[in-house]
Amino acid sequence: MAIPGLEQLPVLPVVIPLVAAPLTLLMKPGRAPWAWATLVSWVTFVVTLLLLEAVWVHGPVEYAMGGWGAPEGMSAPIGITYYVDLANALVLTLVAGIASVVFPYAYYSVESEIDHRQTPAFYTALLICFTGLLGVTITGDAFNVFVFLEISSLSTYALIAMGARNDRRALTASFNYLVMGTIGATFYVIGIGLLYQATGTLNMLDLHQQLMGQSNRMVEAGFAFIITGIGLKLAMVPLHLWLPNAYCYAPSAISAFLAATATKVQVYIILRFMFSVFGFEFAFLEVALNAFIVLGIVGMFYASFVAVFRDNVKQMLAYSSIAQIGYMLLGISFGTVDGVAASLIHVFNHALIKAALFMGVGCVVLRLGSSNFAAFNGLAKRMPWTAWGLIISGLSLVGVPLTVGFISKWKLMEAAFQTQTFIPPLLIVLLIGASSLLAAIYIGRLAYAMLLQPVPEDAEPVKEAPHLMRITMWIMVLANIWFFFQTDVTVGVATRAAQALLDTGLGYGGAY
Amino acid sequence: MLSLLSPEMAMYISLILPIFGLFGIMLADKVPNVREGVTLVTGAIVFYMAIIVAVAVSGGARPGFEVAEIIPGLAIRFEVEPLGAMFGVIASGLWIVNSLYSIGYMRGTHEKHQTRFYMCFAIAIMSALGIAYSANLLTFFIFYEVLTLSTFPLVTHKENEAARNGGRIYLGILLGTSIGLLLPAIVLTYVLTGTTEFTLGGLFAGGAEGPILMATSPVIFVLLALFAFGIGKAALMPIHPWLPAAMVAPTPVSAFLHAVAVVKAGVFGILKVVIFIFGVDFLAEGWAADFFLWLAAFSVLAASAIAMTQDNLKSRLAFSTVSQLSYVTIGAMLATSMGVAGGATQIAAHALGKMTLFMCAGAIYVAHHKSLISEMRGLGRKMPFTFIAFIIGAFSIIGLPPMAGSWPKFMLMWSAADAGHQLVFVVLIASSLMNIVYLLTPMLRGFMDPMSSGLKFDKDCLAEAPLFCLVPAWITAIGTIVLFFYIEPLIAFLEPVTGAIGFGG
Repeated sequence: MAIPGLEQLPVLPVVIPLVAAPLTLLMKPGRAPWAWATLVSWVTFVVTLLLLEAVWVHGPVEYAMGGWGAPEGMSAPIGITYYVDLANALVLTLVAGIASVVFPYAYYSVESEIDHRQTPAFYTALLICFTGLLGVTITGDAFNVFVFLEISSLSTYALIAMGARNDRRALTASFNYLVMGTIGATFYVIGIGLLYQATGTLNMLDLHQQLMGQSNRMVEAGFAFIITGIGLKLAMVPLHLWLPNAYCYAPSAISAFLAATATKVQVYIILRFMFSVFGFEFAFLEVALNAFIVLGIVGMFYASFVAVFRDNVKQMLAYSSIAQIGYMLLGISFGTVDGVAASLIHVFNHALIKAALFMGVGCVVLRLGSSNFAAFNGLAKRMPWTAWGLIISGLSLVGVPLTVGFISKWKLMEAAFQTQTFIPPLLIVLLIGASSLLAAIYIGRLAYAMLLQPVPEDAEPVKEAPHLMRITMWIMVLANIWFFFQTDVTVGVATRAAQALLDTGLGYGGAY
Repeated sequence: MLSLLSPEMAMYISLILPIFGLFGIMLADKVPNVREGVTLVTGAIVFYMAIIVAVAVSGGARPGFEVAEIIPGLAIRFEVEPLGAMFGVIASGLWIVNSLYSIGYMRGTHEKHQTRFYMCFAIAIMSALGIAYSANLLTFFIFYEVLTLSTFPLVTHKENEAARNGGRIYLGILLGTSIGLLLPAIVLTYVLTGTTEFTLGGLFAGGAEGPILMATSPVIFVLLALFAFGIGKAALMPIHPWLPAAMVAPTPVSAFLHAVAVVKAGVFGILKVVIFIFGVDFLAEGWAADFFLWLAAFSVLAASAIAMTQDNLKSRLAFSTVSQLSYVTIGAMLATSMGVAGGATQIAAHALGKMTLFMCAGAIYVAHHKSLISEMRGLGRKMPFTFIAFIIGAFSIIGLPPMAGSWPKFMLMWSAADAGHQLVFVVLIASSLMNIVYLLTPMLRGFMDPMSSGLKFDKDCLAEAPLFCLVPAWITAIGTIVLFFYIEPLIAFLEPVTGAIGFGG
């Protein structure tokens, strides 16, 4: 369905940053590329908001690229289709929203961490990465997902490597990610190839139609390849090894942006493939769901446990991200509307949490030049705004009420109580609680250093981070509180989105 | 008439005013007299508001308002019933007494960061009132967590190694049990019933349509376990170690928070859950409560036994608190009207009594820097007013008339005998005897024994603590005697919640 008056809306989130990116490269180093990227992110955010509203009001939107619609007698268009329903509209809005806060934040951090002459290239890569993430989310074509996935990944490798000016380990981190990411992408494309062999189509909706009732070794292998490939990109335990160093050594603004968006988009892809493309008729899905429940729980504990012992705050937060992905997988694994909704809600909320946390750490790196725990000693006295922002978003990560983390935890526990898996519901809930406690320990460790450790005696006086960074960080911190009270966007949209996904999964395709 | 304010307005004010007080305290950082003035004025107004609310509640009103609905069936909402009104009055009233005492103590011991100290107290009192007035489990949980977090800086006030270790245990256990057990319990309640509202007669008992679950269902046992251990502030063994660990805090913190606000928030929560979530009669039908009855009885005895071995007066009082809190849990788990009423009156009586004891312990420390009982021999002759106040408080804890503590113990014994739990009856008597041993002997030796060698006095006159330390202790000590005579109005006030208890019936 097209939106009355705004027929071209669905394509804009991809086209705007895509066109803007190469222009950035032509600009003079300094403020111009940054201001341009910021402007683009804001415009894109507005577009995605319009899109979300349109989808909420009018239902899913389909857009045939270049007008290559379905020829007569064929169910699917021959060209690339963009397909937006509530699930991806929500993720789109999230990605663009995070970008519109992180891009303005990036200025001082980038100035200090990256070679001045490279700034146009940096913002170009950033915009391309942004394009890729939006493209992956918006497209309704399985192969197009791969294309955008590579667009975002390739630019991400470059962005992470730019952290090398601060710490040369960024280069190995980036290279590791490149190898792992490429394997993941290859797995994905092999999976798509197998599905194409079986069905002759790449359109997701069409795939769903064609796959109905098909369950042979080839389709199963395709499914396994896709899930594994995305699982690698998602940093699902035990395929997570690239993530900690990549987040740790990347420039601070990049850590904040990636932690809040990249893995979230992959969660969406998993949801899309599991429920929209394959669906419950596909018996093999059960295997994946059971695997997710185990991997989710293992990830929650293993990664949280590792996080407790990290000496670098960025790395600690990176491991925490892996643990949080465990929660999302757990939500998916329930295979219920509540579970999938909980997963989507956590995607949204965790993006807010991690963006705020990484932005806070970025402020510390800017002023103190390090993200080691030692740098955080007595931070509440030296940089009170940053420290308290970190504490509030840290509490949100733990799941303390009055923050979004509580909503996530609540919905996940609520979903867990209503499931019937091979693990008793109460046990799952208690495990969720227990792993939250691990989060409480590592966040407590950080808060302890900031609040109670004395400032090192030989420390030079430091100023607070620049206003721009502090304000953008606090926008994220306040969003953590705001979306506790305003759950329409998260719970409301996510529940309907999950409903739509599962309806398709159960084969009531029309219920979109 | 008492006031021109509606009870709703009084609730608003009492929940918001401490925040303004907080900023006032912050602004008056450099002028201690103004700063303490702000605390006292805030305290006085909040207390007055709590009285207005309590008067309205005693007239049958149930004032309340909703702040925000988070998810359907899940709102931040306040509504006061008698139990909460009582807790509100106790907490806000004793805050004033404690603030007076804090002035004497904090200045007497030259503590640092006094502004932060008073700020955190303001948040703590706000969250205690939030707990008292909460209309559902979600609101209760929110303020429960705020209370934990706001008291953490108070526990670690001294900022030395011992304070940090104590603080770690404090925060670890309270946050751990609340997120790990209490939150699942609340979510499960929500999943089973679709709401978390405190409902008179019990949410699970379920009004006209009949119960949602069988009273004998194992789910009830699981839920009760999650609640009983999840509300860690009730210090039911084995969730008690945070309480002794919190004794590293300055004494006003121990006196007010760890004898009144925090621990009473815990047992208040247990009572609320038993009365409003399960329902007293519903719980009495099943078998789930029995286990916790025995556990609470065990807590009473074990904590008393540990208390006897403590030489540090504050740790001895802390274990005594663990033991006394389990009285309330016993009252709740007896699941009878009389038991619940006994538990509720114990909240009031123990608050007054234990606060007296803590304030006396602090007064001894301020005057002579002694915290070990073995160093206090003969000290009573130098500080008779402090020691006599301590003895009055101890009488109340032991349960001797004419002190308030005798009533709850009487009601609990009655109810235990009535419900056929003779062993609990015996436990309560044994506990009284143990109380005598560990609370009274040190004080009597303070008067009888020769002066211990560490104490040296130049002149032969009294060496009392500052008046700001001494007077508050006497206020609460006299309070225990007053409450003894006015227990009947209190029981009548609570009757709509506990049900008619019918003495002699």
